[in-house]
Amino acid sequence: MDETKRQQWIDTVADFTAMVGIYLPDDVEAALQKLAAEETQERAKTMYQCILDDLAMAKKLHRPLCQDTGVLQYFVEVGTEFPWQDQIGEVLKEAAAKATLDTPLRPNVVQPLGEHNTGNNVGYDAPYIEYDLVPGSSDLRLRLYMAGGGCSLPGRAKVLMPLEGVQGIRKFVYETVVDWGVNACPPLCIGIGLGTCVATSAELSKKALLRPIGTTSPYPEAAELEKQIREDLNALGIGPLGFGGSASVMSVNIECAGHHPATLGVGLTTGCWATRRGEMIIHKDLSAEILSHKQSLEGAET
Amino acid sequence: MKKILTTPITEEQIRDLNIGDTVYLTGVLATCRDSGHKRVIEEGVLPERFDFRDGAIFHAGPIVGKNEEGKPYMVSIGPTTSRRMESLEAEFIRQTGVRVIIGKGGMMEQTAAACKEHGAIHCAFPGGCAVVAAEEVEEVTDVEWMDFGMPEALWVMRVKEFGPLIVSIDTKGNNLFEENREVYLQRLKELL
Repeated sequence: MDETKRQQWIDTVADFTAMVGIYLPDDVEAALQKLAAEETQERAKTMYQCILDDLAMAKKLHRPLCQDTGVLQYFVEVGTEFPWQDQIGEVLKEAAAKATLDTPLRPNVVQPLGEHNTGNNVGYDAPYIEYDLVPGSSDLRLRLYMAGGGCSLPGRAKVLMPLEGVQGIRKFVYETVVDWGVNACPPLCIGIGLGTCVATSAELSKKALLRPIGTTSPYPEAAELEKQIREDLNALGIGPLGFGGSASVMSVNIECAGHHPATLGVGLTTGCWATRRGEMIIHKDLSAEILSHKQSLEGAET
Repeated sequence: MKKILTTPITEEQIRDLNIGDTVYLTGVLATCRDSGHKRVIEEGVLPERFDFRDGAIFHAGPIVGKNEEGKPYMVSIGPTTSRRMESLEAEFIRQTGVRVIIGKGGMMEQTAAACKEHGAIHCAFPGGCAVVAAEEVEEVTDVEWMDFGMPEALWVMRVKEFGPLIVSIDTKGNNLFEENREVYLQRLKELL
């Protein structure tokens, strides 16, 4: 691949990365607008107003809407016909460093066991990259999640006894949200994974969080549980930023997989009101299409 | 009318406030989070040019940019989770004489006890609203402890009507987020 083309690819991903730090994806912004419009409590209304002001100011000044632009996590679905597979990892790394310095994003990455800040969000096995294969496709589907500190802190996974059942899952989720979710900048996006062990349950919970607000699990029992947990968490009335209000969450998404009869693994991953994720398709000619930010970019200078 | 605290802050001003009050800060504010607390308490090192006494700290790790003249300015600076500092905050208040601690969410029992004893408060700034906060910073005046990297360094700034700050721990032993937690736990009992 010639160098000019490679540099263009890096720029495309770096611009996309910067965009995710500055603008919320359409589904999150719409969910916030809706909750703000429906809120009845005075302090909660003030908090929503502050949030909406922040979104507007970030767009106007072209600055990251939250200072914690997270550790960059790229989830890549690689079409088996995509011609530039061996370049993906390096391109993402270079794009992460470029976006960090140009936007600027906050240089968060510290090296493991020593905490030396690398200054550009690239470090030992950072940014985090996960690959999946898509047979027959010639596209690259790129999803980015900015894993902030506050919203990553409540993350938990635990293997329950199967006899604890759905009640055990609810208890685990609700107690964690009451204990730590209040600090994770609610209204939250809740990702729940149900599997065999902590690793798969946690992984599924992240996949659940990446699914847009308003989608439901195709597995009917999980879709039913999503609804129940959403209603229950909202009944707690945690409100925006934990000050109390009419709602606690923007979404509850569940991803599940057939599991061992002796274990009931449950993972929980939370996203804050500023859940920053983006999705773009890169075609084999390296032209790109952004799917996650159609409305929220309207009227913005990019 | 806006209630404004101006640094240096007296004990009387602080003792007057109650949880749930909304205040704004004008004057000098310094960021101090995990590594800064560790340096003060565990290593016994204070900043060279900034004095915490009767002052205000912000649990925050900003994005700091440089303008055309090379001068640093706040790009984006929202609060970080205050509860991470719980294990060191009581001792920090006792040793430094800081009056106002600003962060995200609440803090726990030990901090509340120290606030009562030494005349300090904890306030919550709306989490994530980092551009709103950056626009209330007039000037970045100094930085110490850059060896920690940008998020953990001690950034000193001049602020004007910085807020809204919701008093979450007052000097009377009240704790807004802990009171809220009791309400949520009560509702939780009814659900399960």
